[in-house]
Amino acid sequence: MRRIITAVAAVAALAAAGPAEAQSPKRGGTLTFAISAETPHYDCHGSDTYATLHFSAPFYSTLLRFDLDKYPEVAGDLAQSWTVAPDLLTYSFKLHQGVLFHDGQPLTSADVKATYERLRAPPTGVVSTRKATFSDIDTIETPDAQTVVFKMKGVNAAMLEHFASPWNCIYSAKVLAADPNAPKTKVMGTGPFVFGEHVKGSHVTGTRNDKYFRQGLPYLDGFKGVFMLQAAAMLNALQGGQVAGEFRGIAPAERDRLVQAMGDKLRIEESSWTLNLLIAFNTEKKPFDDPRVRRALSMAIDRWGGSQGLSRISTMRAVGGVIRPGSPYATPEAELVKLPGFSKDIRASRAEAKRLLAEAGVPNLSFTLHNRNLAMPYTPAGVFLVDQWRQIGVTVDHKQYDTAPYLAGMSSGNFDVAIDFSNLFMDEPSLGLAKFVSFTRAPENRSRANDAELDALFDRQVRELDRGKRIELIKAFEKRLFEQSYQVPLLWWHRIVPTHKTLMGWKMSPSHNLGQDLAEVWLNQ
Amino acid sequence: MLRYTVSRILLVIPTLIGVAILVFFMLRVVPGDVVEVKLRGDGGNVSQETIEQERRRLGLDKPLLAQFGDWMVGVATLDLGTSMWTDRPVIEEIGLRLELSLQVAIMATIVAVLIALPLGTLAALFRDTWIDYVVRLLSIGGLAIPSFWFGMLIMLTLLQLFGWLPPITFTPLYVDPMANLAQLVWPALAVGYRYAAVVARMIRSSLLEVMSEDYIRTARAKGVFEKLVVSRHALRNALLPTITVIGLEFAFLIGGLVVTEQVFNLNGIGKLFVQSVSRNDFTLIQGMVMLIALFYVLVNLAVDLLYAALDPRIRYR
Repeated sequence: MRRIITAVAAVAALAAAGPAEAQSPKRGGTLTFAISAETPHYDCHGSDTYATLHFSAPFYSTLLRFDLDKYPEVAGDLAQSWTVAPDLLTYSFKLHQGVLFHDGQPLTSADVKATYERLRAPPTGVVSTRKATFSDIDTIETPDAQTVVFKMKGVNAAMLEHFASPWNCIYSAKVLAADPNAPKTKVMGTGPFVFGEHVKGSHVTGTRNDKYFRQGLPYLDGFKGVFMLQAAAMLNALQGGQVAGEFRGIAPAERDRLVQAMGDKLRIEESSWTLNLLIAFNTEKKPFDDPRVRRALSMAIDRWGGSQGLSRISTMRAVGGVIRPGSPYATPEAELVKLPGFSKDIRASRAEAKRLLAEAGVPNLSFTLHNRNLAMPYTPAGVFLVDQWRQIGVTVDHKQYDTAPYLAGMSSGNFDVAIDFSNLFMDEPSLGLAKFVSFTRAPENRSRANDAELDALFDRQVRELDRGKRIELIKAFEKRLFEQSYQVPLLWWHRIVPTHKTLMGWKMSPSHNLGQDLAEVWLNQ
Repeated sequence: MLRYTVSRILLVIPTLIGVAILVFFMLRVVPGDVVEVKLRGDGGNVSQETIEQERRRLGLDKPLLAQFGDWMVGVATLDLGTSMWTDRPVIEEIGLRLELSLQVAIMATIVAVLIALPLGTLAALFRDTWIDYVVRLLSIGGLAIPSFWFGMLIMLTLLQLFGWLPPITFTPLYVDPMANLAQLVWPALAVGYRYAAVVARMIRSSLLEVMSEDYIRTARAKGVFEKLVVSRHALRNALLPTITVIGLEFAFLIGGLVVTEQVFNLNGIGKLFVQSVSRNDFTLIQGMVMLIALFYVLVNLAVDLLYAALDPRIRYR
């Protein structure tokens, strides 16, 4: 074991030092990589799964993007330059000249406008999971073919970061006019790669876009993303050199196996992850409409102890509030332990939990835990929770479902208690907290709770430009949230990405949703 | 023989109609809604209006009998409709995977017959000798080891010993025979071993039974060579129940290799079946059940015809 840890440390250190990264990129070659899930459709706007991004990102551009060398700073993608009015109510973007869609049509500001109109006000029959995010946009103006101006209804401290969201693929206005739902089944972007084929259940391919607007990119001739739903098959393929990487993340035990088998042929990069598991209590169902029951169930969980054990066998690791631990807006540990459910004195917490359940009249509570059937980390999380709740006399029936029925079950409120996830691409609080505001405003709030106090705190922090004051508002938000325990964090994830040393130019970040356009990736062969 | 063949073919039609009625109405009893799963399965906010619109588009707002009628008209014209999940024709979705699944099934059958026929025969002829014990040990091993686990062992052995693994995406046989065989020979071996174990045990027990029949004793009394006694008189009769087993196993392999497909990352019918069931994709499930039923019916028909070819008593009855 020590040998493995040493090897991991050495490989990670080598990767961090990145001597090979200093080499000049080589052109050519086809990258084959694994995607551990297959997207149900191609539409970035209507998706919340990495499976769509790892598939679609190479074919599309966005207005801005995150600069992964300076994360979380943003850089231009289609936007050559931009200005933000001092009152933060007007954002003007100047687009690159000569950008072409893959069908040869030039990209203009009309395409950006059509894309963002679809995102903020999708026509009937079109699903935009980012509708709430862009509800602050009042109007979108296109004074000329290269300029697009967003006028806001109110100040949004994170608007620029939202424009850099990888989900905002820019679509052709012409394509959208013909069929607003076309992006679900047809790929037509301005990205570094041109769509080749999607063999359902097998793979997706792309070839170099020779007319890509970023000079000299991409380096690769093409790529092939192979859907590998079974972790063992993916690890074999990685070890056998059939795929050069898997960009979502693997578990510590899987990392150890690869390091032991592949030695210096493998690069392991690790980071904390902008992804956490949540426990959502369905407040429309009894007894979860009672805050005492919800708080008791949250207090029975030994997050600190669980973190020790689960981090060895799963992708879960850090204890934190609603903002990623260690990031600028996160609540420090010393303050976190004072909040319900986060105490390190688990014996006292559980005694209080039992008292609360008895007071609520459900000392022998039993319910069904709705969970996803992905082994990592949903299964260990579910097993862990069942055991934690057993220790206060609660009986849990743990049921796991395929991704689509799992999400549909949560969206339709057909569950008692669910293991949900918060899949972010940045640490911006307006993104991280959005899931916890009232259900009437945020349908992704699985608890289906409405809380005016939380909404008011959320709105104040979004508009607050003073960092210190904003942090205080976030702390107040967390305090209210954990006292009510509509939805509570379990543990934050830890990202481990394995790639072959021959794969260069791919950049690690705390989010598996970022850096997937493959424009700067090259093969050192 | 012609009359027998025609009557057996005609029986296929009511069987398939029965299957169609059963699968259509049983699926509608199962809880779950494909539209909800499809539109809310991304976790997004979807209005009830959008859900109703999609339901209308898929024809799910029509009365059940009208839906059944539409589907049966389609089936009669070889149009199985479009997948409710992917919006692609069901025939296209199945066709994409059928070639691979069919090839694995055929190759596994060949592997099984090539292994089982000599081993089963030898075990029967040398009953209670070391040959019999070895064959029995191998066949019990084949029955006890799950195919997917044997497949994992094959993959790990290839990886550890040769640092090589079979291709991870499918290439049709007519495009590149070497790449095709390099990928599919391993799952065929993994599945074929278990299949061979079943068939070898069947051949052994059938042959032992036949070898004690009066007509075998008569043939020997007439001075027929032992080789001829075995090949012409005993084995021919012993193969009758074996053919049934081979047929049923073959039909099972078309859609039953769910886990093995995952181990070898194969894009086969088994994986599609599981996905379509978890998504409540009625049209795709119906299409696949009809396909697998058709395979069972055709294989049974072929088995019956082989019976008739092998045994004149069936032919002339």
